[in-house]
Amino acid sequence: MQQLLDILSGLHPEVDFETTEDLIDDGILDSLDIVSIVSSVYSEFDVTIPPEEIIPENFNSAVALMELITRLDEE
Amino acid sequence: MSFTSYTFIAFLGVMLLAYFLTYGKRQWITLLVGSYIFYAFAGLDCLAFILITTLSSYLVSRLLGRAIGRERAFLEANKETLDKAQRKEYKARSKKKRFRILLCGLFFNFGILAVLKYSAFAVRNVNSIIGLFGGKGFDVPSLLLPLGISFYTFQTMGYLIDVYRGKVAPERNIAKLALFVSFFPQLVQGPISLYSELAPSLYEPHKFDLKKFSFGMQRVIWGYFKKLVIADRVLIAMNTMLDAPEQYGGAYVLLLIVLYSVQIYADFTGGIDITIGIAESMGIKLAENFDRPFSSRSTKEYWRRWHITMGRWFREYIFVPIATVKPMLKLNNFCKNRIGVKAASKVVAYTASIVTWFVTGIWHGAAWNFIVWGLLNCLIIMVSESLEPLYKKFHARFPKLAGNRFYGGFCATRTFLLMGLIRSLDCYRNVATTFRMWGSMLTFRGIGEILGGGILRLGLDLTDIVIILCGIAVMYAVSKISAKTDVRESLYERPVLSAILTCALLICVIMIGNYGIGYDASQFIYDQF
Repeated sequence: MQQLLDILSGLHPEVDFETTEDLIDDGILDSLDIVSIVSSVYSEFDVTIPPEEIIPENFNSAVALMELITRLDEE
Repeated sequence: MSFTSYTFIAFLGVMLLAYFLTYGKRQWITLLVGSYIFYAFAGLDCLAFILITTLSSYLVSRLLGRAIGRERAFLEANKETLDKAQRKEYKARSKKKRFRILLCGLFFNFGILAVLKYSAFAVRNVNSIIGLFGGKGFDVPSLLLPLGISFYTFQTMGYLIDVYRGKVAPERNIAKLALFVSFFPQLVQGPISLYSELAPSLYEPHKFDLKKFSFGMQRVIWGYFKKLVIADRVLIAMNTMLDAPEQYGGAYVLLLIVLYSVQIYADFTGGIDITIGIAESMGIKLAENFDRPFSSRSTKEYWRRWHITMGRWFREYIFVPIATVKPMLKLNNFCKNRIGVKAASKVVAYTASIVTWFVTGIWHGAAWNFIVWGLLNCLIIMVSESLEPLYKKFHARFPKLAGNRFYGGFCATRTFLLMGLIRSLDCYRNVATTFRMWGSMLTFRGIGEILGGGILRLGLDLTDIVIILCGIAVMYAVSKISAKTDVRESLYERPVLSAILTCALLICVIMIGNYGIGYDASQFIYDQF
């Protein structure tokens, strides 16, 4: 989880990613951030997030994103 | 069969009657038969093309479904014996196979669209190049362009991609898939529906429901009002200016930009109101295509509110796959260490945006003006995104501006004019002419002439202008109210007022719709795409 929090904080140091749960709905993460996260997840976790998983529910919080990474890694 | 023809009104009456009379498990068959009758009016040749798309998509989706089923069964059967790496490897191999099947379907169907819609454009461009070297060139093919082919091809290919992604199960009944491809109200100008959101509502039986029926019909009449009373009337003035563009330079260009914005809004949203209204009257829910686009404060916001289903299609099936494909992820990681995280993401996102907007442009039409229009939209979005840090600094300096109504109005007007300006490429249909006219607009000559009565020499009389202005005021009021509340739900509580307003709207359509001797309402703008 810490690895993911580091990736997210690198994009928006001012946001508390441990508690924020509306990253997409509140417009904190934009399309550029998503592109960056998907590529960082690929390089750091060796997990490819497929296009159909790029939906607000999976990116609204660090917890949701971590769950997605874990699920994709285990599948 | 245009929505504005008497034949269509008669067809719709019979269709609705037949639909409710055949209530039951097989009610959807009535819709399928009706949709094919509707499409047959466009010509039997067109029917052949829609049948080919349906049949090929059915076969490909079934093959995809079978491949997914086999993959799941194998993984389940070997759950205990396969380790993580083996499972991943098997899945990657299966996905590759599935992708090849999908590509066959996409190439075949987009190939048909490309040949029919773009071969003449391609040959003309090749001929221009050959001409530079003194060559003769090839004969420009004149091929049939089936009605609504861009819409039904994109909608059906979206379905194929969703099956490939495992988001929806392939439809087992080819007749049901045929209905999804050909559902008549949305066939010619969208909205472009997702299978997952339209199919359940399309196939389930719907009893006659007075509330849904009256809501649907109210929306249909509202659509006709926008199209026949406003859009077709504005078109007269536009056509006068477009018949001789050089005569109408200066301030007339600005007038044209504003008029075209009104016309395309009334025409396209009117057409979509008719489409959604017809479906609603039958109890079928279609996706909304507009969300008060002219109140957008930025180009990005505008594109989230205008032609929503098309934007969603391009985002989900073109932008996201390109931006997240492995070579792009590697490119992003490669750039990160050299130019920084944000800049690296921009390289990837902007590359995907340029491709997406190029395709969006050419989807609208096989002509350079559409391609330039798409790329200009992309350029504006990229520039505003790059200037985002400056905007943030500006707003931090003047925090009260964000909630200020006048500033909001200024931003909305700026977006309206900017979008109108690049949309005028669509009017002049020629890139060089459009750029020349933009240059001429900067002189602002002719303002006095327009205000001094020039506007009355564009084919419209004073009554027409009053009707247009009143129509715009009504559209604006409805748009404002609908931002806060559901207009029809509010009226439902007041049945007398609702009946009076609906009748008034209908009378307006009948009495002041833009008919003439030998009436033939102009085609809806998006029919031609």
